[in-house]
Amino acid sequence: MAMNHTAPTSERAHPTPARYTAIALILAVITVVEVAIVYTKFLQPVLIPLLLVLSATKFAMVAMFFMHLRFDNRLFSVMFVGGLLLALAVIIALMTLFGVFFA
Amino acid sequence: MAAVSGALPRWLQRPTTYSGLWGWVVTVDHKRIGVMYGVTAFAFFLVGGIEAVTMRLQLATPANTLVNPDTFSQLFSMHALTMIFLAIMPLSAAFFNIIIPLQIGARDVAFPRLNALSYWVFLFGGLLLNAGWLFGRSPGAGWFAYSNLTSGPFSPGSGMDYYVLGLLVLGTASMAAGFNFVVTIINMRAPGMTLMRMPLFTWMTLVTSFLLVLAMPVITVALIELGFDRFAGTNFFRPEGGGDPILWQHLFWVFGHPEVYILILPAMGIVSEVLPTFSRKPLFGYPVVVLSGVFIGFMGWAVWSHHMFTVGLGPIANATFAITTMFIALPTGVKVFSWIATMWGGSIEFKTAMLFAIGFIVLFIIGGLSGVSHASPPADAQQQDTYYIVAHIHYVLFGGSIFGLFSGMYYWFPKATGHLLHEGLGKLHFWLAFIGMNITFAPMHWLGLDGMPRRIYTYNSNMGWDFWNLVATAGSLLIAVSTLVFLWNVFTTMRKEKDAPADPWDGRTLEWSISSPPPIYNFRTIPNVYARDAFWHQKYVEGSDGRPRPVPTGGATAHSEGHEAAESPHDIHMPGLSYFPIILALGLALTAAGIMIHLAVVAAGVLITFFGIYGWAFEPADPE
Amino acid sequence: MIHASSPAHPAPVETTTGLNNRKLLMWIFLGSDCMFFGSLIATYLLYRGKSLVGPYAHEVFNIPYTSISAFVLLMSSLTMVLALSAIHRGDMRGLKVWLLATALLGTVFVGGQYFEFTTFVNEGLTLKTNLFGTTLFVLTGFHGAHVTVGIIILLSFYLVAARGRLKPEQHLNIELAGLYWHFVDVVWIVIFTVVYLTETPNIVT
Repeated sequence: MAMNHTAPTSERAHPTPARYTAIALILAVITVVEVAIVYTKFLQPVLIPLLLVLSATKFAMVAMFFMHLRFDNRLFSVMFVGGLLLALAVIIALMTLFGVFFA
Repeated sequence: MAAVSGALPRWLQRPTTYSGLWGWVVTVDHKRIGVMYGVTAFAFFLVGGIEAVTMRLQLATPANTLVNPDTFSQLFSMHALTMIFLAIMPLSAAFFNIIIPLQIGARDVAFPRLNALSYWVFLFGGLLLNAGWLFGRSPGAGWFAYSNLTSGPFSPGSGMDYYVLGLLVLGTASMAAGFNFVVTIINMRAPGMTLMRMPLFTWMTLVTSFLLVLAMPVITVALIELGFDRFAGTNFFRPEGGGDPILWQHLFWVFGHPEVYILILPAMGIVSEVLPTFSRKPLFGYPVVVLSGVFIGFMGWAVWSHHMFTVGLGPIANATFAITTMFIALPTGVKVFSWIATMWGGSIEFKTAMLFAIGFIVLFIIGGLSGVSHASPPADAQQQDTYYIVAHIHYVLFGGSIFGLFSGMYYWFPKATGHLLHEGLGKLHFWLAFIGMNITFAPMHWLGLDGMPRRIYTYNSNMGWDFWNLVATAGSLLIAVSTLVFLWNVFTTMRKEKDAPADPWDGRTLEWSISSPPPIYNFRTIPNVYARDAFWHQKYVEGSDGRPRPVPTGGATAHSEGHEAAESPHDIHMPGLSYFPIILALGLALTAAGIMIHLAVVAAGVLITFFGIYGWAFEPADPE
Repeated sequence: MIHASSPAHPAPVETTTGLNNRKLLMWIFLGSDCMFFGSLIATYLLYRGKSLVGPYAHEVFNIPYTSISAFVLLMSSLTMVLALSAIHRGDMRGLKVWLLATALLGTVFVGGQYFEFTTFVNEGLTLKTNLFGTTLFVLTGFHGAHVTVGIIILLSFYLVAARGRLKPEQHLNIELAGLYWHFVDVVWIVIFTVVYLTETPNIVT
């Protein structure tokens, strides 16, 4: 674990406002795509996996760029992603136990 | 929010008093908060003990009528809730508070006011959970409160409301403490104290804090949903509205199993400090013990359904959870062997703290073995809901957690108070508790295998349970006497003058390098750490025969004092006192209590909470 | 006992990892909050399609409407990060503008949620109607409560800044408020997909 750096890990240069706006634009486009594909007939069979991938992409982009996890110390990511993965594991385990996936 | 500069209104000024009762109300000193945690938790421990003895007296003879069935349900529910949430967890928190900053060479925790807030929220939450005894009725659906026993027809009156709201408030306190100690241990260690040089107790506190932070939100959600069912008429857990009572069981045990490790890991940490000290040997296999603890904390999330083997989850689910459960016995066994190997070949000193630590190992092995026996679903089907389970949980929680905590009390009492507890009375306490505990809980194994269900308020004499029930009751009285001996010991010790040296046990970790009790700033100079068992290595070097030799006089300073001159105590900056933790805690508790009483009380509670938060945010960093 | 009074400028506390205590606390809190929303989302998913009576999800959801409010919250993340960028540059006017913009977008979102809830109730879906109503209102309601807390925090900082009491050196406050705000946003990204969008096949057909 990268816990024992003595020197304060100053964050690498933050993105500029223009960069932030570009990221927000990508996020907006993904949202439009999400809404568009739910109304697209031929994508229906793969709709749910597609939606999950797109939403995970948005999640990751906000966390990495707006929340600076990409530029910050790894320990912050460990704390957050740890909780996130545990929550995901519990949700998936419960859904399995309740027969949501194969009933 | 940081303080803002400029003229401040009077009410925002920091309090400055350290003396009298008021000094305790506004304190943010981790040692004082720890003592308050300890005293409060022990008071609740006595309440839970009285509830236990009352139940044992009721069960002493068949067809007894000392208490009625309704009272009995409230007694066993409140006994468990009190012992788990109001005794073992806060007693562990008392040790976190008093010891962790000292062990890692810090002057306080990372967030002193948050620490005070944890205590006050715990106190008010504990009172709220117990308020049912004064106002009508207490929760009576067991500590895991299975649905739909908790819905209106089966739990009439407000008993379960105290459960929902009390545990919500207590959960807030636990989470606040968890956040605080994770940050403290990661970020407040003295220079040189790497993760693998941390004392075992610090390690186990870190794991426990992570479990608190991650497990408490799950029970919070379960309680919120139960609260909606009870207060707003929803159907989360009510089959008549489509709800599934099994969901409560899942959510409860997703929290409940990590909770089990929240209860035992601190005691394991304590024992891992006491055994090396009184064996005059380093802990055997330190890295393995650390990793086992981390692994236990991790695996604790993957075994919850073993509490639900008889629910009918199906053979695949049962088999999966049986395997993960048996797997978790491995790291636990590794720890036990490491403790035994630590004592092997050591020069053992049988002080009271050591006796309790050895008692912990013995009783925890018994409890662990009975635990493994119901890791197997078919065996569990036989044992489920019988006194066998009661025997198991008391071997691990009383013989385990409480013995570990008592070990810690004897070990660190001089550090916290400056008084050494009387060894003779201590040993009497140990033997009475050890014998009493086995007389009480060992017979429950056979009672359970003989079919006696748990939670029954009485039984007929033709069941063949009379004799062992009477024996168990006699044992419980012996435990009660042992606790009185402990109280007498504390009482007489505190009346004497402070006599404890800084290092009464020839300790190994940093807390023994400073006076007993420590000054408010703990360390005059923050120590530099060069090794595991940092203080031991300041005192001893390894001789040519491999045995420790005392460092020649004067030699120790090279290591202990560092190279900078000691700071004058007047220049040490300590966090300012504050009124706002208790105000904020009061607001939170009032908000919760108001849900039962009246919307106006909720409004008042929310207002006080807001006042507390803004005062907290805007009060200056220091008195002006 | 000795109480050491403070020097005028207490030296910044050095930490073992070099990371700021409060920022570490915020990230652990967010990790913990993942478990909170995770449990609520789990409840929603486990009870999906288990309602005994209507109205059902596909009968009340208005995807275009919710898409717009999801978009509003997403854009508030941009204004939030611009507020942080402003205080990093020492641009206090920009900070105030973007803080207020973020709070405003948040208010639009919560207002939209209030309107959505009212519509649902008018269509016969209440907290007590069925499992769908129960789990939906509790899940989105707790998210809305998080947003509301965020708005209060942002407005508080706006007021402090407007009175000239917030110094550029105190940018950590804005950074932490921002982390909370973005987290609330990503939770909605999940809810929007898992609760709303995956329901659309039932609406379209």
